[in-house]
Amino acid sequence: MKKNLDELSQERWDKEVKRKKSIRNARHLVRVCIATTVAACFAVLFLMPIVLTVTNSFMSASEISSNYGQVFATSDTGGKMYIAEKVNLKFIPDMVSFSQYITVLFKSPEYLFKFWNSVVLVVPIVVFQLLVAAGASFGFTRYRGRIKEIIFFVYIILMLMPYQVTLVPNYLVSQWLHLLDTNWAIWLPGIFSPFAVYLLTKYMRRIPVSMMEAAQIDGAGEWQIFRHICMPLCKGAMCSIAILLFIDYWNMVEQPLILLSDQEKHPLSVFLSKINAGEIGLAFAVATIYMVPPILVFLYGEDYLVEGITYQGGIKG
Amino acid sequence: MHFPGKGKKDRTLLKSQKKKNSSPRTRRGKLVSAGYLLPSALGVLLFFVLPFMIVIFYSVVDNPISMQFVFFDNFVSVFRNNAFKQAARNTMTFSLVAVPLAVVLSLMLAMMLESKIPFRSQFRTFFLSPMMVPIASVVLIWQVLFHYNGMMNEVLALFQKDKIDWLNSSFAQVVIVVLFLWKNLGYNMILFMSALSSIPKDILEVAVLESATPFQIFWHIKLRYMSSTILFVTIMSLINSFKVFREIYLLKGDYPYDTMYMLQHFMNNTFSRLDYQKMSAAAIMMAVVMVIIIGILFLTENYFGKDVEG
Repeated sequence: MKKNLDELSQERWDKEVKRKKSIRNARHLVRVCIATTVAACFAVLFLMPIVLTVTNSFMSASEISSNYGQVFATSDTGGKMYIAEKVNLKFIPDMVSFSQYITVLFKSPEYLFKFWNSVVLVVPIVVFQLLVAAGASFGFTRYRGRIKEIIFFVYIILMLMPYQVTLVPNYLVSQWLHLLDTNWAIWLPGIFSPFAVYLLTKYMRRIPVSMMEAAQIDGAGEWQIFRHICMPLCKGAMCSIAILLFIDYWNMVEQPLILLSDQEKHPLSVFLSKINAGEIGLAFAVATIYMVPPILVFLYGEDYLVEGITYQGGIKG
Repeated sequence: MHFPGKGKKDRTLLKSQKKKNSSPRTRRGKLVSAGYLLPSALGVLLFFVLPFMIVIFYSVVDNPISMQFVFFDNFVSVFRNNAFKQAARNTMTFSLVAVPLAVVLSLMLAMMLESKIPFRSQFRTFFLSPMMVPIASVVLIWQVLFHYNGMMNEVLALFQKDKIDWLNSSFAQVVIVVLFLWKNLGYNMILFMSALSSIPKDILEVAVLESATPFQIFWHIKLRYMSSTILFVTIMSLINSFKVFREIYLLKGDYPYDTMYMLQHFMNNTFSRLDYQKMSAAAIMMAVVMVIIIGILFLTENYFGKDVEG
């Protein structure tokens, strides 16, 4: 009899536990559902402008000017165009046409020139900043002393300064060295920018000192330690930094505006906004072409990028 | 960040290193390692440090030729300049609104992604994608959205609201805050996600066992463990908030609507007049303000987060 009662209460207890568990599960489910919906809404908001740019680049010129004529029309060219009263934002073009791309790629080379300008400005900065930074961060990692720590602190301060502050010094130096209006005015400050040095140093200092000491005991010189221990271990970090640098410089607007007064040398990031109203049809196609390199980099190296951003955090290195 | 010679641990470490340095081999290694540092250090010296000294010098003389020492006159004249006042005020209000919003919203997104929702990695990719897209490319769509006859006003019309001239009225500030958030939330979110995942699990488990509410866990544990990340995100957002000039310039050119006139516009327009004294004084003032703000942030973080860090 007694045993029976025990079993009964045990059963009730189990039931109670099950009920509570199911309530908790239900609550958890609701929370996950809400979080997912909110995240989905944000995702749509985040992606929409990008998707729209791409889909709109497949419209024909007349479709674009009838949809957005009013937005881009200026007083001097507006006369002959048909201009819609309203601005119609369309997700999908009425007719998919590649005519804009054909014009950009084959008929009006000026956009491709500007694209090439962007490449010429950005790639050397990324490559040489990484090279300089590799050396410098090795210097900061080996034989740390007070002087090096002070220099590193100066680097950090410089890194945290907004462009408005470093712009005047940049301009003065380029003027003295007669670099204004040449690409060097943008390359040199970019190459010696302290950003990559800071990140790479933080990463390299995590390599156990014992590894380098072991190599030293085995008779390796500084160059061998650098080449065969530090560089292979920092490969991932170098990729991350390269991606971060590429995104940042691909977007540059301030530097060319001030340091390159010759508009022929401007990169596409500046030139795109100056596209005239007669060619708005091309604008979306050019914008999409300009998006391609960073998006490819992103798809190829998203994990590197995330890793790179993560090193940046955890400021007390 | 590493402050030189801060704390006892550092000092003893440095001392013990000094003792070891007696052998000629380490001395040689030291020289060689300094050699690796040299190219970068020279570059930084030539392109950043020296010209900055010159800028400080320029800011206290009346002009580069006669070089009369005028003390604070340049600063005063910049401060009296209406364009500068406007630009400084706009930049300040923008940063004051946009930076806290960026920190809070990205923390929210990070917590959402941490709560084990499906398609996490896809969401991460989506949230990060605005960071990749060049501003120049999406500016076209922003123009379509925020034009007087554009999409946003049509949406408003659905709710029977009046049209707003987004880019040429006091709403312009709202627009640039939105553009700033769009661009920067993903980056901040990644930083918060890594911070959230590095909070020790056992502490969270103990808190659950002690029947702490989710709010208490968030407020007393998670926030304190993330204090250094919050500091970093705030500083980065602050720096990035000065880059919003790019969006405004690409949307509106050199002279946008009054409330969008930023410090960078002021600098650019002063450049075209080649007024070195004014520019130098403005740059110095900005550097000083940045150092003060970052210093305050560091002190606050030190005060709140010191008991959780090893």
